[in-house]
Amino acid sequence: MIDAAYAAEGAGHGGGAAGGLPNPMHQFEIKRLIPFELFGFDASFTNSALFMLIAATLITLFTVYAMHSRALVPSRLQSVAELSYQFIANMVRDNVGTDGMKYFPFVFTLFMFVLTLNMLGMVPYSFTVTSHIIVTFALAAFIFLGVTLIGFWKHGAKFLKFFVPEGVPIVMLPLLVVIEVISYLTRPLSLSVRLFANMMAGHTMLKVFGAFVVALGFLGGWAPLAFMVAFTGLEILVAFLQAYVFAILTCIYLNDALHMHHH
Amino acid sequence: MDPSAAKLIGAGLASIALVGAGIGIGTIFGNYLQGALRNPSAAPSQFANLLLGFALAEATGLFGLVVALIILFVF
Repeated sequence: MIDAAYAAEGAGHGGGAAGGLPNPMHQFEIKRLIPFELFGFDASFTNSALFMLIAATLITLFTVYAMHSRALVPSRLQSVAELSYQFIANMVRDNVGTDGMKYFPFVFTLFMFVLTLNMLGMVPYSFTVTSHIIVTFALAAFIFLGVTLIGFWKHGAKFLKFFVPEGVPIVMLPLLVVIEVISYLTRPLSLSVRLFANMMAGHTMLKVFGAFVVALGFLGGWAPLAFMVAFTGLEILVAFLQAYVFAILTCIYLNDALHMHHH
Repeated sequence: MDPSAAKLIGAGLASIALVGAGIGIGTIFGNYLQGALRNPSAAPSQFANLLLGFALAEATGLFGLVVALIILFVF
């Protein structure tokens, strides 16, 4: 079944789309680098896994190497590491509070991982791991489950009061509680789809305009090329912004679970 | 009507979500500029909220894109 899916996807690309333009979805193809089967499940080492591994290695090397001198007057590289630490530390402190700082390592890891994956995707001919909804949904589902468990662990059954807005007429309550529960349950969905859709839409658009450059040739290709340069800049901004939004929404969800403030 | 034609029309209709995203992003940046010009000293502190609002508004348009892609490729 998996083989059929791979074959079907493989048949869809290869420069043969209508009009001679290459298929912009080709770049999202998962390739099995080391085929491997575990209890009947396909557990192959794919290009997606490779890029996750590269990202994890890069983050580890960067943080360890940048901080190895621990100079009082930081070098440029050490400044970058300290700035990124401080950036997330401030985000957690502002959005969750000082008692949320014990979740700082998680938020920092999450931010760096998503940011590195997004940025690696901006390198030509590389692979964008976050453009696959299963990856972002796994991250978001883990956050959702973790935050909900923290809420119940911290407040016990009182956490259910989170779904009951205060100062609302009793008549309205049955409707509002249902709405609150639904809006809570859609959190992992919106969190994952936001990141995935941004990455996929951006890279598809880059590829479509890249094809225009080639198709219009030496004379006409300059206009889409100029657009491409500007759009690549915007995409790098979006890559950072989506990692930032992913981390800050995690902080906001954590704050809801820890303090139940906004109701 | 040919079902595949209905599919294409549906995918086109799903891109109407961009109207909402456009209004939302315009509202956010317009109101930020309005507030920032009235009180420039308070503007930098709200820059993070500006980016957050931009990303949240932009995402709704992209949800429309996802719906369009589902219509085109899943059904």
